Amino acid sequence: MSEINKANKLPRHPMPEQDPKVRARNFDEVPFGYSEETAMAEAGRCLRCKKPKCVEGCPVNVKIPEFVGLIADGDFLAAAHKLKETNALPAVCGRVCPQESQCESRCVLGKKGEPVAIGRLERFAADYERAQAKMELPAIAPSTGRKVVVIGAGPAGLTVAGDLIKLGHQVTIYEALHKSGGVLVYGIPEFRLPKAIVQAEVDYLKALGVEIVESYVVGQIETVDELLERYDACFIGTGAGLPVFMGIEGENLNGVYSANEYLTRSNLMKAYRFPEYDTPIVKGKRVATFGGGNVAMDASRTALRLGAEKSYIVYRRSEAEMPARNEEIHHAKEEGVELVLLASPLRLLGNEKGWLTGVECIRMELGEPDDSGRRRPVPIEGSEFVLEIDTAVVAIGNGPNPLVPSTTPDLKTNRWGNIDASLETGATSMTGVFAGGDIVTGAATVIEAMGAGKKAAAAIHRYLEEN
Amino acid sequence: MNRIVAKEEFSRNPGVKMMQIEAPGIARKAKGGQFVVFRLDETGERVPLTVADTDPEKGLVTIIFQEVGKSTMALGALEVGDCLADFIGPLGRPTHMDDYGTVLCVAGGIGIAPTHNIAKALKAHGNRIITVMGARTKELLFWEDKMRALSDEIYVCTDDGSYGIHGLVTKVEQELLEKNRESGEIGLVIGIGPPIMMKFVCKTSEPFGVKTLVSLPTIMVDATGMCGACRVTVGGETKFVCVDGPEFDGHQVDFDEMMKRQAIYLEQEKVARELYEKEAGCCGECGGDRQ
Ligand SMILES: Cc1cc2nc3c(=O)[nH]c(=O)nc-3n(C[C@H](O)[C@H](O)[C@H](O)COP(=O)(O)OP(=O)(O)OC[C@H]3O[C@@H](n4cnc5c(N)ncnc54)[C@H](O)[C@@H]3O)c2cc1C
Ligand SMILES: Cc1cc2nc3c(=O)[nH]c(=O)nc-3n(C[C@H](O)[C@H](O)[C@H](O)COP(=O)(O)OP(=O)(O)OC[C@H]3O[C@@H](n4cnc5c(N)ncnc54)[C@H](O)[C@@H]3O)c2cc1C
Ligand code: SF4
Ligand code: FES
Repeated sequence: MSEINKANKLPRHPMPEQDPKVRARNFDEVPFGYSEETAMAEAGRCLRCKKPKCVEGCPVNVKIPEFVGLIADGDFLAAAHKLKETNALPAVCGRVCPQESQCESRCVLGKKGEPVAIGRLERFAADYERAQAKMELPAIAPSTGRKVVVIGAGPAGLTVAGDLIKLGHQVTIYEALHKSGGVLVYGIPEFRLPKAIVQAEVDYLKALGVEIVESYVVGQIETVDELLERYDACFIGTGAGLPVFMGIEGENLNGVYSANEYLTRSNLMKAYRFPEYDTPIVKGKRVATFGGGNVAMDASRTALRLGAEKSYIVYRRSEAEMPARNEEIHHAKEEGVELVLLASPLRLLGNEKGWLTGVECIRMELGEPDDSGRRRPVPIEGSEFVLEIDTAVVAIGNGPNPLVPSTTPDLKTNRWGNIDASLETGATSMTGVFAGGDIVTGAATVIEAMGAGKKAAAAIHRYLEEN
Repeated sequence: MNRIVAKEEFSRNPGVKMMQIEAPGIARKAKGGQFVVFRLDETGERVPLTVADTDPEKGLVTIIFQEVGKSTMALGALEVGDCLADFIGPLGRPTHMDDYGTVLCVAGGIGIAPTHNIAKALKAHGNRIITVMGARTKELLFWEDKMRALSDEIYVCTDDGSYGIHGLVTKVEQELLEKNRESGEIGLVIGIGPPIMMKFVCKTSEPFGVKTLVSLPTIMVDATGMCGACRVTVGGETKFVCVDGPEFDGHQVDFDEMMKRQAIYLEQEKVARELYEKEAGCCGECGGDRQ
């Protein structure tokens, strides 16, 4: 225990960031990242536990004490390589993983003080490597002559491709959109995850020899069954890209967006740079976002950057129940996003031209815990109120994208439309067809999608060896 | 890839142009009723256009478009040999093929393009095709020969009487449906054109109880069912045009809501068009041509 106390004498190092007032009006990344000195000092806090708890908290079991130790020793490149042994996208994960509920939640220092800033260190090492332009290409096994097709270039698909190419298989990724990265390019905003980082990861895979074909919508131009005539195995990582609406009156009014549309316009299509970029977006002055996850935080913060005077988040439970990463809630509030908690929208109001003018909400209170263990919100009768808004963003969740399942008759899905696949191997009801990521689990996290990709890649490799 | 191999100007003002694009995969797969999305370049938006015709042997896809704003004007300014950054498809569901007996195709203006590929498929399936095609004025009519070739009966109209029958397509539709009362051979009406025209094609056919399909040109972003930009209300339910459509039972479509939604970006569209005209050194009078 004394060692823990000693380590905690040196408090966790904050990461310098843009001033909230300034950054709320630009799309540049919010935190600047650690300097070399700060990174070494923060890494120095790590006790290099014999039985590191943090590693158990990580869905892909990154060798945390080892990479942190290498940073403490000043060997940053080695730290990056150590990370990449288990995590192909450390620059991404360091930025978007919910560390507070994964690795950092288990760190022993957290018991008495604050955990080691594992996420920030991960980001530091990966950024250091990228800046050095010393991307080391790993050894690639001799060609096996086997061909694998990956559908969807999100975190799950990219992971599968990276692992299989290293094992000597030939890999082709088909991606529906014109840019690879999945949610990392169309959903998560530039200010949280610069697109250059995602591009670098995609370029890295190309350098390894992965063929990436964009603007190719599987199910439309070619079905899975047709692909199987040309490939020995198939991985489906098409994500949870189907926006869920609330099913309330007024949802088709002008100015009402799904979070997917709002974020895709802004991120993928760069509508924030209109008219330099052709795609427009409604730049509302008073914006309300419905929901309490990362998606809602991203949308409400994007609204500020597009010039909103008021950006509300309307959430039916309290702040403690919000599923978003703590850092995102913290950043959103700092930037001026107003949380309207314990409130739920009843209907959206519009004018005769079809434009949104407001939302009628009702106040909620928390009742008994529900299936998810969170206390169930119950409406308080007679507590209706109207929020005047001109733009609304619905961020209450996403369902599985149906294009591939609906065109693959032998592929079994569950009643929500998710592909039935083994969580251990990704095996589906079809021989040689594997699946993983959000299309199997429903909307989850980047690291879980990558974890599923890793397991599926191993299973595909075994399958190819046996068949 | 995505190379323009042929280009033809059908009308100068407003600009209506035809292009053939090299896209073998799409040419092989696309069926009547489906569409593509193109993107001009890195800063371009994703723009939906119907597949007007395909040549699977040569690997060519034909598109016909009216220059209504920046993207279609900039597309029209490209020449044979130029390439598009993206040409994605086929998207949407194909027209449902069935034995309808006789199909009455009512096509207005640019709607002649999608109607062609749908009628072609329905004809190949064994249906009899009656075509009513029209436009504001003679200059805006195109592909009369191709439509004539696949139609068993054809009526051509112009609003201003500059060619063919003087009057709206819905007038001829009304007459044909009256005549059909006894024989009842028309099993399906397909109405494609500007939204307001489609609304009236449906209003006209409704009292006759003949099923009517329309193809909805809603605003789209991804066109793969991911964003909901294209949503419309059909029979009280929200549908995504890009994956559930683009064809729907016209008697169930809330056209008024759809038309309001099409006006969301009017202001920005104007900004983009004016900027484009200035940069392209264009007066805006010629319908988008650079010269
Ligand atoms: C706005 C937002 C913010 C988020 N923030 C976080 C965060 O901070 N931390 C975190 O851990 N997670 C976050 N998530 C969740 C995380 O991004 C996802 O869980 C993860 O991206 C899932 O990866 P995936 O590979 O399964 O699918 P996706 O990332 O969805 O990728 C699927 C890909 O498949 C493509 N595709 C779909 N259909 C086809 C087809 N028919 N043919 C070809 N390609 C197809 C899609 O275009 C897409 O590129 C966020 C999600 C969103 C939407
Ligand atoms: C499934 C589908 C198939 C289509 N097929 C064709 C086709 O074969 N030929 C063709 O010429 N057009 C077609 N369209 C319409 C075409 O997509 C639009 O004309 C185009 O997006 C206009 O882009 P722009 O930048 O040139 O004009 P903008 O500046 O974006 O718009 C100019 C004007 O066009 C209207 N408009 C904008 N977007 C659309 C839209 N998606 N549909 C209709 N009007 C729109 C606006 O209200 C505005 O008044 C189709 C649309 C869909 C959804
Ligand atoms: S639990 Fe904390 S102190 Fe222990 S190895 Fe992991 S990061 Fe270091
Ligand atoms: S255009 Fe995005 S869902 Fe139809």
